[in-house]
Amino acid sequence: MTATPLLRAVGLAKTYGPTPALAGADFSIRAGEVVAVMGPSGSGKSTLLHCLAGIVRPDAGTITYDGRELTALSDGARSSLRRTDFGFVFQFGQLVPELTCVENVALPLRLNGEKRKAAEARAVEWLARLEVDDTAAKRPGEISGGQGQRVAVARALVTSPRVIFADEPTGALDSLNGERVMRLLTDASRDTGAAVVLVTHEARVAAYSDREIVVRDGSVRDAEWAA
Amino acid sequence: MSIGHTLLGLLESGPRHGYDLKRAFDEKFGHDRPLHYGQVYSTMSRLLKNGLVVVDGIEAGGGPERKRYAITEAGITDVAQWLATPEKPEPYLQSTLYTKVVLALLTGRGAAELLDTQRAEHLRLMRELTRRKKDGDLADQLICDHALFHLEADLRWLELTAARLDRLAEEIRR
Repeated sequence: MTATPLLRAVGLAKTYGPTPALAGADFSIRAGEVVAVMGPSGSGKSTLLHCLAGIVRPDAGTITYDGRELTALSDGARSSLRRTDFGFVFQFGQLVPELTCVENVALPLRLNGEKRKAAEARAVEWLARLEVDDTAAKRPGEISGGQGQRVAVARALVTSPRVIFADEPTGALDSLNGERVMRLLTDASRDTGAAVVLVTHEARVAAYSDREIVVRDGSVRDAEWAA
Repeated sequence: MSIGHTLLGLLESGPRHGYDLKRAFDEKFGHDRPLHYGQVYSTMSRLLKNGLVVVDGIEAGGGPERKRYAITEAGITDVAQWLATPEKPEPYLQSTLYTKVVLALLTGRGAAELLDTQRAEHLRLMRELTRRKKDGDLADQLICDHALFHLEADLRWLELTAARLDRLAEEIRR
């Protein structure tokens, strides 16, 4: 491997009740890299993403982010890290329906204490970059699914995160809209140097990544990590 | 691809020299496989012999590349018939991949590893095509999409086969 990974997981295990979701998963990603996490339904892809993002605490294993052991941080510290360093894009229901699109995109900045005017000015820039500036004053219910997903990508990127976690970001979109979202997401992350952990079961979506790892029965073979 | 029909189709918009035909073909359909000059001239000789084109003029300097070809009425009918005839869908029943999986199982080699290696190779090509599509024009996008959808179908088969390997191993050892 040529550069130190920004995020690295070793031997992750997680069990929900009697069901093992992860059973010894290794993973690494460098700054600016897009890595697709593939595998059949129920293989543990999303659990891996949730562990890496500090949303779920693994039962065993370690996760190191930028030299810090994520698994050793308190809930509050992990939550704060998620707000400042991580961005999230999910398949459904991520925008607040009562807020306009510009308010939705500005929300993470507002939560970090930024003033409304400055936050919304940056939100507008990101909406333009994601080619949805015309949605700024609209509410999520007034725009299409494809536009909504691009607004969600703008919201994920507005804080200039170092890692973006995208869980089936095109799962609810048709081919054309899905490709547009992937093009804009990967272009923007490459421009800003953010790493992208992309969970997908679609090969055409994974083809936007730099490399892929495959999760099967909760275990992951990460060729880069092993190298 | 039927080079003869494609060259004939290109002639419908007006007479062209052999060199122009090659250039138009390469630009629109050649992509990774440009035509050889020899292919153009042998094809044009055949079309000429069959009455589908005529020589419309010869520029000074001689040489076969100086001939200008024009399509005939018979040529136009031939193109129309070709376009109206559906292409035979590929049945994909003689799959090398399937053969390799069965042989790996029969000989006690790692069929799962074989499928993983193939998956990585398919994705490598899909990445290359996706990059080319991003930088290309609409024609490039459509050509690459056609290839990407086929590769994706292969990958779905690889995934399904990986999930059924144990059962397949049982069946072929009976």
